[in-house]
Amino acid sequence: MKRKLIVSSSPHLHKDESVIKIMWMVVVSLIPAGAVGVFVFGLYAFWIIILGIITAVFTEGLIEILTKRKVTILDGSAVLTGLLLAYNLPPRVPLWLPIVGSFFAIAIGKQVFGGLGQNIFNPALVGRIFLMASWPKYMTAFTKPFDTVTSATPLALLKEAKFIEQITYLDLFLGKRGGCIGEVCIFSLLLGALFLLLRGYISWHIPIPYILTVGLFAYIFGGKTLFSGDWLFHILSGGLILGAFFMATDYVTSPLTAKGQVIFGIGCGIITSVIRLWGGYPEGVSYAILMMNAVTPIIDRYTKTRIYGTRCAK
Amino acid sequence: MVGLEKPPLPKQVYIPLSQHTGKACIPEVRPGESVVTGQRIAGIQAAIWAPVHASLSGKVTAVQDWPHPVLGRAKAIVIESNGEDRVAEDKRKREPEEVNKLTSEEIRNLVFSAGIVGMGGASFPTHIKLNPPKPVDTLIINGAECEPYLMSDYRLMVEKTGEIIKGIELITKCLGVKRVIVAIEENKPEAIKNFNYELRITCLAGRQANYELRILKSQYPQGGEKQLIKNLLKKEVPRGKLPFDVGVVVHNVATCFAIYEAVYLNKPLYERIVTVTGSCVLNSKVLLVRIGTPIKELIAFCGLKEEPAKIILGGPMMGIAQFTDEVPVIKSTTGIILFNQKEARIYEEGSCIRCGACIRECPVGLMPCLINLATERGLWQKAKDYGALDCIECGLCSFACPAKRRLVQSIRRAKLELGK
Repeated sequence: MKRKLIVSSSPHLHKDESVIKIMWMVVVSLIPAGAVGVFVFGLYAFWIIILGIITAVFTEGLIEILTKRKVTILDGSAVLTGLLLAYNLPPRVPLWLPIVGSFFAIAIGKQVFGGLGQNIFNPALVGRIFLMASWPKYMTAFTKPFDTVTSATPLALLKEAKFIEQITYLDLFLGKRGGCIGEVCIFSLLLGALFLLLRGYISWHIPIPYILTVGLFAYIFGGKTLFSGDWLFHILSGGLILGAFFMATDYVTSPLTAKGQVIFGIGCGIITSVIRLWGGYPEGVSYAILMMNAVTPIIDRYTKTRIYGTRCAK
Repeated sequence: MVGLEKPPLPKQVYIPLSQHTGKACIPEVRPGESVVTGQRIAGIQAAIWAPVHASLSGKVTAVQDWPHPVLGRAKAIVIESNGEDRVAEDKRKREPEEVNKLTSEEIRNLVFSAGIVGMGGASFPTHIKLNPPKPVDTLIINGAECEPYLMSDYRLMVEKTGEIIKGIELITKCLGVKRVIVAIEENKPEAIKNFNYELRITCLAGRQANYELRILKSQYPQGGEKQLIKNLLKKEVPRGKLPFDVGVVVHNVATCFAIYEAVYLNKPLYERIVTVTGSCVLNSKVLLVRIGTPIKELIAFCGLKEEPAKIILGGPMMGIAQFTDEVPVIKSTTGIILFNQKEARIYEEGSCIRCGACIRECPVGLMPCLINLATERGLWQKAKDYGALDCIECGLCSFACPAKRRLVQSIRRAKLELGK
C-alpha cells in the first residue's frame, strides 16, 4: 500500500445532491414565468430581471470579500433572490429600482444575518417591502398587458370596488392582465411548480394549504353575502401562486417538519386573505409570508418530530 | 451471484483480545506455546464477555499491539501457522439425537464456550441474549442485510439454509418461544426460495414453534433490531429499553449459523463470512475467512483493479474506514469495501439551508440538523434534548444532506460529550 488511506466518519456514501443543484433547479423552474412576463410586458421587463440578478450576485460577492468569507456567488442562491425580487416588481419601474431592491435584499435581508441559511426572512421579500415602503409610487404603477398604458391590477380594481373590465379566468390563468413581472402567468408558474414537486425539491405541505385557505376565505367572506365570494379569482390573481410555490417554500425561512409547514401555509393564507379583504393594500402575499417567517422558530418548537420509542405527544 | 469461497490459509493470524461488547479478554497462552485450531486462547472473569479461540494450529509468536478494525489499535495474539490446521481431538461432532437431548442450559454453555457474539456487527455476546431476564414470546431472525454492497448474509442464507434453521431451533429451545419470524428482504429471492422450502420441511417434521417467513421491502436501515421490530410487529421498543422488554429477541442469520456449528459440529467461532467488494476490487467475492486474517491477504486473493483510496470494514453506511490494510478480520467483520479516489472524496461542508431532508430520512424520528447546530455551539444538553442519544448512526441524514454536513459525526461527538 503506497498511498495513505482516507479515513473519515461513516456514512461513506453520499446522495448525488447539492445546495447548488437545488438552487439552480429552482431558478430553472422560474424561467417560463419570467419569459411570459417579458412577452406580455416587453423587453424592458427583461432588463429589470437582469439588473436584479446582477446586483444580487455582485452585492453577495462584495460583502463576502469585505467580510473575508468564502465567495459563494455561484451557488445560485443570490441569483434566485435577485430573480425573485425582479419578478415581484411592476414591469415599468425605473431601472435603478431593481438595483436598490436587490442590494437591500442581499445586504440586509441575508448577509447581515450571516449569509446562506442564517436569515430569518425571505430576502427577496425583504427587498420588495423595502421598495414598497420607500417608493410606493413606482411599486404600485402597473401597466396593461401588451401596452405601456398605466392600469391597476385586478386585485386593486377589486379593492377600489371598481368594475373589473372584461377579465376572464383564462386571461388570469395565462397572464393577460396587469401585475408584477413574474406573477402574471399562472400556467407557467404551475409548470415550474410541478417540476419542483415531481423532483422533490418542494413539497405540497406549504403551498396547497396556503392556496386552499385563501380560496376558502375568499369564498366565505369575499362576496356581498357570506359564502358567495369568487374564490377562483382570488386564487388566480395577485402574487399568490408565485408566493405560495416559490417564496413561502423557501427552506431557510419556513418550518422544518411537514406538520409545521401545513401550519405555516394556513397562517400565510389567513394573513393574505385578511389583508386582501379587509386591509389597506390590495395584495398581502409578501406581508403574509414575512409575518409567518417571523413565527417559524416558534412553529418549529411546537412541531418537533416524535422520536422512536417515545410516547406520542397527542 | 458468486458462491462462497475459501481463500488459502493465512501464514499468520492476529487475533484481537477484544472482539465483543464488554470486557477485553486476557491471553491464556504465552509466546512460544503451540496451539491447535479452535483452542481457547483468551478469557476473563466478567459479566459480559466471550472467549477467543485460535483460528489456526501453530505457534503463538507474540501478544502485541496491532491495528484493530474498531478500536484503532489493541492487543492481539499472533499465531504462526504450521500449515496443518489441526483441530483438537476432543472436538467431535454431535449426532442429532445427542443434540436433541441437550438442555437449554447446556446449549447456552456451548454457545458461550464457542465465543459466539452477534455477527451482524453489534458483537454482543450471544449466550446472554439466549437467557433474557424476562420471558419473550417472539424470536426474529434477521436476514435483512440492508446495507448496500454486503452479500455475506445472503450467501449464507442460500448455501446454509438447513444449518441456519437448525441453529434457529436451538435458540427457540433456549428461549421457549412459540413464534419465530424469519425476515428476509425482497432483493434476496434465492434465500427466500430456499427458506420457503426448508421451513416447510421443518414444519412437516412437527417442530413445536410456529415459523413465519416474512418478506420485507428492501429498505435501509431495516437490519437494525428496533427498525425490524417496528416493521414486523408494528410496535416500538420504548426509549432506553431493549427488545426483550417488548417480548422480542432478534438474532442475525450468521449468528444462528455459528450456533449450529458450535452445537452440532463442536466448532468454536474462529471462522466467518466476509464480503470483499468495491470498485477497486477485480473479482468481488464472498469468503469464508479465519478470524485474525489480515485483510490485505483477502484483498490480494480477490485482486485489485486500482489502488484503493479508502478501505471500509463493514457496510458503506455504518462501516469504519481503516488506516491500514494490516487490520485483521474479527468476529463482527461483515465486509471489506474498497473505494477509489473519486468515491472516497471528502466533501466540503456547506451551510445548513434547513431543507429538512435529514428529518424526512431519519428512521428514529430525530431532527439531525438541530442536533448538529447544538453540537457546533457545544450545547450538549440541548443536543440531548433533541434526542442525540437515540441516534442509531445509520447515516441516512448525512447521506441525504445536500450541504454535505457531517451530521452523524456531530451526533457521535455529542454522544461522547454526554457520556463523559
